[in-house]
Amino acid sequence: MLKTFTTGGVHPNENKITASSAIERVAAPATVSIPVSQHIGAPSEILVKRGDQVMAGELIAKSGGFVSANIHSSVSGMVTKIEDIPSVSGYTQKAVTIKREGDIWDESIDTSDILIKEISLSPSEIIKRVGEAGIVGLGGATFPSHVKLSPPPGKVCEILLINGVECEPFLTGDHRIMVEKGEEVLTGITILMKALGVTKAVIGIENNKPDAIKRMIELSKNYAGIEVQPLKVKYPQGGEKQLIKAITQREVPSGKLPVEVGAVVHNVGTAYAVYEAVQKKKPLIERVVTVTGPTIKKPGNYLVRIGTSVEDLIEVAGGLPDDVVKVVSGGPMMGKALPKLNTPVAKGMSGLLLLPQEITSRKESQNCIKCAKCVSACPMGLSPYLLMTVSQKELFERAIEEDIMDCIECGSCSFTCPSSRPLLDYIRFGKAEAGNILRSKK
Amino acid sequence: MSKLLVSHSPHVHSGDSVNKNMYGVIIALLPALAASFWFFGIGALVVTLTSVATCLLAEYIISKYILKQKPSITDGSAAVTGLLLAFNLPSNFPVALIIIGAIVAIGMGKMSFGGLGQNPFNPALVGRVFLLISYPVQMTSWPEPVASRGSYIDASTGATPLAIMKEGLASGSSYSEIVAQIPSYKELFLGVSGGSAGEVAAIALLLGFGYMLWKKIISWHIPVAVIGSTAIFTGVLHAVDPTANATPLFHILSGGLMLGAIFMATDYSSSPMAIKGMWIYGIGIGVITVTIRTWGAYPEGISFAILIMNAFVPLIDKYIKPKRFGEKVVE
Repeated sequence: MLKTFTTGGVHPNENKITASSAIERVAAPATVSIPVSQHIGAPSEILVKRGDQVMAGELIAKSGGFVSANIHSSVSGMVTKIEDIPSVSGYTQKAVTIKREGDIWDESIDTSDILIKEISLSPSEIIKRVGEAGIVGLGGATFPSHVKLSPPPGKVCEILLINGVECEPFLTGDHRIMVEKGEEVLTGITILMKALGVTKAVIGIENNKPDAIKRMIELSKNYAGIEVQPLKVKYPQGGEKQLIKAITQREVPSGKLPVEVGAVVHNVGTAYAVYEAVQKKKPLIERVVTVTGPTIKKPGNYLVRIGTSVEDLIEVAGGLPDDVVKVVSGGPMMGKALPKLNTPVAKGMSGLLLLPQEITSRKESQNCIKCAKCVSACPMGLSPYLLMTVSQKELFERAIEEDIMDCIECGSCSFTCPSSRPLLDYIRFGKAEAGNILRSKK
Repeated sequence: MSKLLVSHSPHVHSGDSVNKNMYGVIIALLPALAASFWFFGIGALVVTLTSVATCLLAEYIISKYILKQKPSITDGSAAVTGLLLAFNLPSNFPVALIIIGAIVAIGMGKMSFGGLGQNPFNPALVGRVFLLISYPVQMTSWPEPVASRGSYIDASTGATPLAIMKEGLASGSSYSEIVAQIPSYKELFLGVSGGSAGEVAAIALLLGFGYMLWKKIISWHIPVAVIGSTAIFTGVLHAVDPTANATPLFHILSGGLMLGAIFMATDYSSSPMAIKGMWIYGIGIGVITVTIRTWGAYPEGISFAILIMNAFVPLIDKYIKPKRFGEKVVE
């Protein structure tokens, strides 16, 4: 029985060009630039200075608060610069630049491929290790994982949901991790279950990945309490609230955390990183990035060191095709368009899309014809056409009354609008202003 | 490549457009158009051509010379209004009056409010009701189906099934006598009955409905609410007194109910945005239609019903919100 969420949703073309491309390890680049703000929360505090020698896996910036994350060097070599570089959002951010010398890993890290299923750490030791390893949500949200493993006092987590949905078109990294690293993912899930003290976990996978579903069902028989739930293909099913609704039929109340309905959600890629951190003592210094686009030479799922420049990664994938006008970090629905290519690969970069004009150009915006397609598409049950209008008119109090803060910015409204109206652009603006108003009232 | 394009997400679009939707409606209207030509022949052709041409011309002139905007006639919406107006007229309707109706539909019903997406009332219905009130004689003379194929103004005419029913009941004829005079359900379903050019063939209209659902041009809620509430209301009346009230099936298949429910009530800008609002609006149309048909002065009431409910749409949209995600917690 395929499940799905019930409110709204759209069906973008899937374009999973790299669905059958095995994960390919990219050689460590000559230099890396590692930003100190790769996660939601406070920036990390830099521990190294120019001229320092570091090993791959060595801590170079420590967590700057409870909601923050450690950052490690992804190569061995010498710190050459600590400077401001362009971030994915187009702002500048501090980054540590390391010139690689050889490829020497911190000796505590087990770099072998041997599967270790036995979990020796206690729940609190697991949370500590996950925090030390600098793991953040790898689906793109980059929320520090150890925080998610520590539910607020008074809240009880009953079920762990694992997000294997990968509902964004083009992206296939999680898909490949499930197919190729199934045992590791399942061990990672078992570790997360132990840390949260739950006995049940469900992996949600959309049925456009039949090989991943088959593999995970087969392997999960040997792991207690883990089930696989195939899901109908519908965007944005990978949204935390949508996934919880699809699998458990529970709706996370407006403004609340998933644990309110007893659920905690982690991504497949995060589960794999947790496995590596806990069983192999390997911090988060590399990740799978789907480099793809309809016209690139070597699209693929690349295992890349954090801090590798986007430019270098594009070279690995065969260079930038002439017709590409936009480079997106993440998926086409929620990803960010990069203003410059000398941006480094960060922990949250699930994909790198090289899009030609005909796919990504926006048509001229026309009058709203009140077709109500945005209302039907909104997975949060909002009225995007109205939120756009009130944001445009700067009626932010009204926007709050219309629940603008519930918007998850999935882009289904703009995607679906026959008049090509920039709905989400204005809603984002209205949401930011409404957020300021709400914070000033507190 | 020198510069990268930077914009907010989403970076892809469904490819849906205003034109696709409007031309989709025109495609959905083709079966009914074919049926109108089949039953009313040359008259239907004259009425349709005059109406569509006048609507396009009126929109062009008003947008170019009065509003001084880029003329929008290629988006298909003026053609939709023209077709729908023609569908709502008898096939022997004089050309001069069609032109007046089309100008009223586009000028008063649509452009005076700012054009596509801004009209609070269905433009074609504004035109139709204007004509009905101004030219009641011409608007209630109905050519016989099939028999009047070769003729236009001089077509032989008869009454519509709804008029036969209404007058029969008012004059005290027995129900069975009336039923003997009206077409059978099968004839009503296929369109062998008197009426406006495009409203008679239920099957053709249903084909168009299916097409619009398949292409996701409209959702099913409004047509189902209109037809469903009509069926339930007339069903209750018929159950209370079968000798004084026609059956639900008769009400659904005759007159402009199908045309109104599927193509007129679903006009984007004059119908509600939220599903719950669509139900209220659709049920309102059904109830008012049956009320006019049963107790009103006119045998048919769907046009008035839709216009009356159009007027409530801003109020419905203000108070009826879509169901928010996460409103209720399932414990």
